[in-house]
Amino acid sequence: MKKSTVVLGIGLLVILLGFTFTGRVQAQEQTPVVVTDDQVNQVASQLYCPVCENISLDVCPTQACEQWRSLIREKLEAGWSAEQIKEYFAAQYGDRVLPEPPKKGLNWMVYILPPAMIAGGALLLAWIILGMRARKVAPVSAEQTPQSSGEYLARVEEELLKRKGE
Amino acid sequence: MDQINPVDPAEAPGKNRLPLPVFILAGVLLVAFLGFLYMGLQRSQQGPVQVGDSMPPIILTTFDGQMIDTSEQKGNVVLLNFWASWCKPCESESAALQSAWEYYQPGGQVLFVGVDYVDTEPEALASLQKYGITFPNGPDLGTKISQMFRIRGVPETYIIDRNGNLAYIQIGPFSSSEQIKSIIDPLLQ
Repeated sequence: MKKSTVVLGIGLLVILLGFTFTGRVQAQEQTPVVVTDDQVNQVASQLYCPVCENISLDVCPTQACEQWRSLIREKLEAGWSAEQIKEYFAAQYGDRVLPEPPKKGLNWMVYILPPAMIAGGALLLAWIILGMRARKVAPVSAEQTPQSSGEYLARVEEELLKRKGE
Repeated sequence: MDQINPVDPAEAPGKNRLPLPVFILAGVLLVAFLGFLYMGLQRSQQGPVQVGDSMPPIILTTFDGQMIDTSEQKGNVVLLNFWASWCKPCESESAALQSAWEYYQPGGQVLFVGVDYVDTEPEALASLQKYGITFPNGPDLGTKISQMFRIRGVPETYIIDRNGNLAYIQIGPFSSSEQIKSIIDPLLQ
């Protein structure tokens, strides 16, 4: 066998192997991420239909919700996280698609006021109860002792006797 | 006779008064809470926009990236059509809208704007292509525009006159391009 034939054979083999590996790499790159219905529904359950009342996207039967579930699937296939998808939906369709208002701006009132009022009420109640208990166990002052009451009664009797004498 | 003073209740043993800062804090919290309730109530009781209302500027970025600002349209009539690809009645009026747009577009005195309400972009674009809609269309990002108009559903159309006041409200689809023209033509005179 000639040397040139061997070199040509090796060259062809290398090219063939190269194509084989390139094909594999391309095939790997093109393999789509498999997203199950459960994964889609898991994200959809955290979002609400913007045109229906209080229906989460996972159970909403309308065509619009079907489109939004497809959108969730597309985003998951593109590698988005549930949080990113929720942010995207809120930006596109408004905060009402979220199960709870985002913690920003005036929405903070929703999170701060009720606990603050409950805490304030509890403190007030505790203050009143402690005050009532303190009054119950308050020490009796010296003026209110039987001894001083005795003196007082003696003086009253003395006064009465004086008036009787008059 | 010696006076015997009764015990002052304020100085009675065990009596505790709330400190002033607590009263102030409780008052502030109460006022804030009531204010918050009032705002929510006011918002929920706000009715839809009325004919004759002066409309604030509406800014919309179309699907092809064009920015539309209605404040730059003073002197022109603006038709805002709220629609969605999932809305069947919207499909029935699309031909009427497109026909009216083709009628008014050369004159340059009327602008039609499609506001795509809570929709997915691929379906919206497919719908625009399917019905051959050529007037500017864009998504209502964050439903800000629909909230401004407090729309009840789709399709709904709002026509703003040359002075920037709301001139007409169409709840539901238009039946024909003639109906649209019968509303817009008087506004151009």
